Amino acid sequence: MRKALAALLLVSLFVFPFFSEMFVLLFATEILIFSIFALSFNLLFGCTGLLSFGHAAFFGIGGYTAVLLAYHTHMGFIPILLLSAVAAFFSACIIGFFCVRRDEIYFAMLTLGFGMMVFTVVHQWRSLTGGSDGLSGFSLPELSLLFAKVSISPPKTFYFLTLFFFLATLLFLKRLLDSPFGLIIRSIRENPERSAFIGVNVSFYRWVSFVIAGTLAGVAGVLFVFYDRMASPSMVHWTMSARPVLMSILGGARSFLGPVIGAVVFYILEYIVTQFTENWMIFLGCILVPIVIFFPDGILGSLEKWIAKRRGRK
Amino acid sequence: MSEITLINFLNGLCYGMLLFIISVGLTVIFGVMGVLNFAHGSFYMVGAYLALTIIEKTHNFWLALVLAPTLVGFLGAITEVLFLRLLYERDVSFQLLLTFGLLLILDDGVKLVWGAGYHSVDAPKLLAGTVNIFGTSYPVYSLFVAAAGPVVALVLWLFFTKSTYGKTIRAAAMDREMADALGVNVKAVYTAVFFLGSFLAGMAGVLAAPLRAIGPSMGDKIIIAAFIVVVVGGLGSFPGAFLGAVILGLVEAFGVQFAPKIQMALPYMLLAVILLVRPRGLLGREG
Repeated sequence: MRKALAALLLVSLFVFPFFSEMFVLLFATEILIFSIFALSFNLLFGCTGLLSFGHAAFFGIGGYTAVLLAYHTHMGFIPILLLSAVAAFFSACIIGFFCVRRDEIYFAMLTLGFGMMVFTVVHQWRSLTGGSDGLSGFSLPELSLLFAKVSISPPKTFYFLTLFFFLATLLFLKRLLDSPFGLIIRSIRENPERSAFIGVNVSFYRWVSFVIAGTLAGVAGVLFVFYDRMASPSMVHWTMSARPVLMSILGGARSFLGPVIGAVVFYILEYIVTQFTENWMIFLGCILVPIVIFFPDGILGSLEKWIAKRRGRK
Repeated sequence: MSEITLINFLNGLCYGMLLFIISVGLTVIFGVMGVLNFAHGSFYMVGAYLALTIIEKTHNFWLALVLAPTLVGFLGAITEVLFLRLLYERDVSFQLLLTFGLLLILDDGVKLVWGAGYHSVDAPKLLAGTVNIFGTSYPVYSLFVAAAGPVVALVLWLFFTKSTYGKTIRAAAMDREMADALGVNVKAVYTAVFFLGSFLAGMAGVLAAPLRAIGPSMGDKIIIAAFIVVVVGGLGSFPGAFLGAVILGLVEAFGVQFAPKIQMALPYMLLAVILLVRPRGLLGREG
């Protein structure tokens, strides 16, 4: 049943671009990009138990690096992606080193603080980043596939490129969470003290998890700037960091696909709500509060529990 | 001491004392309840906006200084009773998320009520104008804010060490179950503490109103500064909040003078250095 459902979903993800309108295609691309971003965040939150309010820093660092490389060099898509991921990797190494020095509450404060530090740098360093105007008007890099060079500019091509990275992220995270590393970070989430007592270097594993999450967020950032054709400071603002937080909570932070479901629901809600009002954030806050209080498992988590309960009764 | 150094020193003290009043509210709530309030900066912002309305209606700054913080305090108390109370048994993350949701609501909510533009408020007549210090003129109001910090510190210190209420709060902070067993109404204590912390945030908002532009993003900026203060000073420590606030205030003020290019990054450098050499904060307890 589950496998059939998954297969059906996967096939429809591959087939629907050939039938859908342009708007839906772009919408789906953005959701996939943010699913990668939210999944990377949830490696920290749902799996390691660390709530980060500064995850957009790496999303932005990846994105800005990619745009700067596209501006100043003639590199292809893949080298740009790799170099941008490296930039996100190193900044996550440094910022993560400071953030995991104290426990969870400090972690939340420090990630918010250092996240806003990155925002301040991006916002003030006009000569490099264009300040509040951001960077746009660059030519999209080409994708080299074996011997052919493909333009990533057609929306359909870009959708499939994004879909590829989305599926790769899912596979990678699945393998990671099933590995000994995945078991260790989950044991840290459940009980950091006991994990430390059995000999786990808690802050080291938290750091590694932070770096992997940051690097993945950087990849999502690269996809986003080439999708949006622009890098702007809003990419690194704390309101951007809030997005994966809300998506994961909405979908269910303890469920593997929770952040993805959350991203889909988030975008559909945003689309509906912003047609009526500009005050989207107040609306978000008003759904976040009851979800936190009454449905801490999110949509998918609550659904899974409900199904398990019904099975148990039979 | 040159003129500009003196002025920067006073500016640093003024900003530092404002930060102290905010951070001490954050640290009181954390010290007693173990809750970090992400919406604390938004409470500060709401305090400033309420002051704006009260001053526009009544032209009385002193009324605003009493009324606005009280209203913000009640906002905090209502939050605690309606929402936060349901989450004490759960993981800390959920408390953080709840206060974060509150931040989203308040930040957008003030735009609905007061619009997205920036506002300003005049200093009260009694404190308007400038005073001559060693041949430099300096606004009286800033001196007033710098003096308000130590007064708040003294009042809080007296409250927590001398009064029965203060001692009760400290008892509940030290050992919740024991206090409960001895007949302390811990639930009421928590609500009162949230009132007090939010009151302090609101008061800082009123004090800041004549100094800084009142706008929808003023809360975000200050909450990050307050986080830096409490990490540097030690979360949950009173003297730590005072020391951290003075240091950060002076760092920001002298940063403008001596290192204008990296001035924006200085608070974060301070934060990074403290985390490296003394992760529990300057006056923070072990643990």
